[in-house]
Amino acid sequence: MTIGIVSAAYISAAVLFILSLGGLSGQESAKRAVWYGIVGMALAVVATISGPGVGNWFIILLMIAGGSVLGAYVASRVQMTEMPQLVAALHSFVGLAAVFIGFNAHIEAANIAGMDETARSALSGFAGILAHKTPVELGIMKVEVFLGVFIGAVTFTGSVVAFGKLAGKVDGKAKKLPGGHFLNAAAAILSLLLLLMYANGAGAWTLIVMTLLAFFIGYHLIMGIGGADMPVVVSMLNSYSGWAAAAIGFTLGNDLLIVTGALVGSSGAILSYIMCKAMNRSFISVILGGFGGTTGPAMEISGEQIAIDADGVASALNDADSVIIVPGYGMAVAQAQQSVSELTRKLRAAGKTVRFAIHPVAGRLPGHMNVLLAEARVPYDIVMEMDEINEDFPSTDVVIVIGSNDIVNPAAQEDPNSPIAGMPVLEVWKAKQVFVSKRGQGTGYSGIENPLFYKDKTRMFYGDAKKSIDQLLPMIS
Amino acid sequence: MTPESAQALQKLGFGCVIETGAGLAAGFSDDAYRAAGVEIAPSAASVWAGADVIVKVRPPEPSEVALLSPGKTLISFFYPAQNKELLEAAKATGSNVIAMDMVPRISRAQKMDALSSMANIAGYRAVIEAGGNFGRFFTGQVTAAGKVPPAKVLVIGAGVAGLAAIGTATSLGAITYAFDVRPEVAEQIESMGAEFVYLDFADGQGAGQQDGAATGGYAAPSSPEFREKQLAKFRELAPQIDIVITTALIPGREAPKLWLEDMVALMKPGSVVVDLAAERGGNCDLTVPDQKVVSPNGVTIVGYTDFPSRMAAQASTLYATNIRHMLSDLTPGKDGVLVHNMDDDVIRGATVTHRGDITYPPPPPKIQAIAAQKPKEKVKELTPEEKRAAEVAAFKAQTKSQGILLFVATALLLVVGAVAPASFMSHFVVFVLACFVGFQVIWNVSHSLHTPLMAVTNAVSGIVILGALLQVGSSHWLVVTLSALSVLVATINIVGGFLVTRRMLAMFQKS
Repeated sequence: MTIGIVSAAYISAAVLFILSLGGLSGQESAKRAVWYGIVGMALAVVATISGPGVGNWFIILLMIAGGSVLGAYVASRVQMTEMPQLVAALHSFVGLAAVFIGFNAHIEAANIAGMDETARSALSGFAGILAHKTPVELGIMKVEVFLGVFIGAVTFTGSVVAFGKLAGKVDGKAKKLPGGHFLNAAAAILSLLLLLMYANGAGAWTLIVMTLLAFFIGYHLIMGIGGADMPVVVSMLNSYSGWAAAAIGFTLGNDLLIVTGALVGSSGAILSYIMCKAMNRSFISVILGGFGGTTGPAMEISGEQIAIDADGVASALNDADSVIIVPGYGMAVAQAQQSVSELTRKLRAAGKTVRFAIHPVAGRLPGHMNVLLAEARVPYDIVMEMDEINEDFPSTDVVIVIGSNDIVNPAAQEDPNSPIAGMPVLEVWKAKQVFVSKRGQGTGYSGIENPLFYKDKTRMFYGDAKKSIDQLLPMIS
Repeated sequence: MTPESAQALQKLGFGCVIETGAGLAAGFSDDAYRAAGVEIAPSAASVWAGADVIVKVRPPEPSEVALLSPGKTLISFFYPAQNKELLEAAKATGSNVIAMDMVPRISRAQKMDALSSMANIAGYRAVIEAGGNFGRFFTGQVTAAGKVPPAKVLVIGAGVAGLAAIGTATSLGAITYAFDVRPEVAEQIESMGAEFVYLDFADGQGAGQQDGAATGGYAAPSSPEFREKQLAKFRELAPQIDIVITTALIPGREAPKLWLEDMVALMKPGSVVVDLAAERGGNCDLTVPDQKVVSPNGVTIVGYTDFPSRMAAQASTLYATNIRHMLSDLTPGKDGVLVHNMDDDVIRGATVTHRGDITYPPPPPKIQAIAAQKPKEKVKELTPEEKRAAEVAAFKAQTKSQGILLFVATALLLVVGAVAPASFMSHFVVFVLACFVGFQVIWNVSHSLHTPLMAVTNAVSGIVILGALLQVGSSHWLVVTLSALSVLVATINIVGGFLVTRRMLAMFQKS
């Protein structure tokens, strides 16, 4: 295939990727959109392989086959509740690949620099492109390589830590080494110095040291972010992996890589921005980890948490006409989505209006709850967003809060000193009755007391979410 | 006292005595009381003489007050505001009197709020009485014998009795309207299934209907203009209403006249007016207390004052429970010893004489009955010109910010372009355009699809495989190894990402 045909294939692939992302605007068009993405990717890979200057076919086919099998295996085995971990793990792969490719570019460049003129002109493919670069271009390329490796390395360790946190293998609490962000800042400044040295001709060691520093930054940055902010972290890492790909694209002079990397990078950045807006937090404060310091004593909460048993909840549900269910991370942890779906089915069969209210940051991944409910066959047209449903709470008989805490915390509106003050929340306390299914009396991920639990019309339904809902099921008539 | 509550009282350490035959009207025989361990006294006088705590329903007669002595406690309805002499007499005896009608209306005291219990019964019974005197169905029916329109019921005053009446009337199938001077009860009225009657004021709906939270949940007298509006509205409604139930009372005053003679005249023959305020003069002009009268145009006006007694069994059970709660609050030690804790809001509020002192009226309770209503923020309606101006201003601001952004961005690009070589610039243009496209596209992605979006972008970011593919043909062994590894992990990413997205999307389904 000539370079012209390859370019044409790249253009088609880029268009397909754009269509693929754009198609995700609706549930139905999204199903088609995935196919666009798959076709685009296949086109890009086939065109590249069959394009000029690619060798070692055997290795390529072996690796692609191996990767496909592994990927398909992982994709078919993963539980829907484990989606956040999976996405984080996959990001780390992109980061790792970016690091490798960056190093390769460096090695290749060093290799070529040692060749004489005749050997250079005989080179083809990537090495050929490198061989024909002018000194200025080579300088720029070095910066690109450096950036690509840096971003890739941060993405890699960051994603690994995020994976660990989401999978529960690493403690979800925000942790920082002594020195906090100064360590990160110092590492970043050091990396900048190394970049200057590298660009001025220092050897491979600068690249290696920088990689280690970037590994550290990725690790430390994500360790310092609490579990509740994970949706933002995951989409941020997603963005990084895109920028890494774009930087690699510059290095290799490959427009498709640049286009796709930029698409992914900007989409991740916007997603993070949307998440942050939903939590009323600045992007910076999320990235820097932890909640901002409280400005005063939290409002005192009076009253007590009153427990209720399954009988009480069931009779209230049987009497209710309209029910809204607010799922949170607790539902995912308890794997309660099937039971919740069954409860929904029974309540709907009894002629009651049942809807779901999803807060933008419920769960540990953007849109996490929607996916879980979809898995449990809850129809998506009764799953509402916060803005769609918040006004309906006053006219609702019963609200069941399943394993969510901060997103239904009235302190966000009532207590200006609360760390989450101003964050938009689901106004469940306006409903006639609220049941909270919760494991115990502890606070949520953010560690903030929730005045909702102490309100007169709130009853606490303690216990594992799945067990609690299963207990309810036979009592719903 | 019911046999059931007698047992509970004995658990509090009290011995129980009851006048013989006292429970007969409510369906409790002396034998039933005896079985519950209650001593039967041959006459009322012997009860007064023998007991330390005397419980009755109606306010005591002067002769009964004379039987009180220091150390005795009387619990009954008392109406201290109207019965000044009785209060003086009770004070003179040095006894303690707890008036069940003075229990403050706070959440904690609800369990002993006998007024609410009785009002609840009265509201229910009012509808039943109305139904008994009303010649048609409440509910609308379409039968083989013709169509029956539903009855229209108007409830005036949405206190406990009013709400109970609304609930009963709607559950019988009537179309129910309700009116109250306190606009904040509109929500309660609507929750019971009735329609709130708003008054039409020039400055918006319901304005001028007052805030009742300040008066402890009771209504207060209204202004003359307001009253005029109110009556005009009733006059407008009168011809179509079949049943009117009036429950409007203002604490410590005569009942306001709300359903005037001319309104009764406007009603259809066969209609019914039930006046729950008859004891205090009645809300209807034609009401005769304790009697049922028929107006010249055939409207029945029920003025009974003894609705709770007409449901004696229910009333006794509820009152006995209220009393039991009151006594259990009075005996914190559960040892049959009354502790008159005057720091307790509820006990302080209900006590009208204590050890020879008149303790009426009580200081206002520490806890407010109802949280004060927050004034609703008024959203100012913008005039079309103002709207237009705001839009223009917003448009200008947007244009300005966009212009500045574009200018800065272009300047930056120019700087880059001045330094970088042409080959870099061509890639850079592509990069910037792609960022822009991504920016535009992602804004439209539906929120519920954010997880699939992440999975897809993740799969798509596996495009780094191209870089590895381009390098794998190298002659350097290290480059080949590293790029082979990159191909492997990137492929996992691509395949895994796309497959998992497909799995997720396949699950989204419509109901």
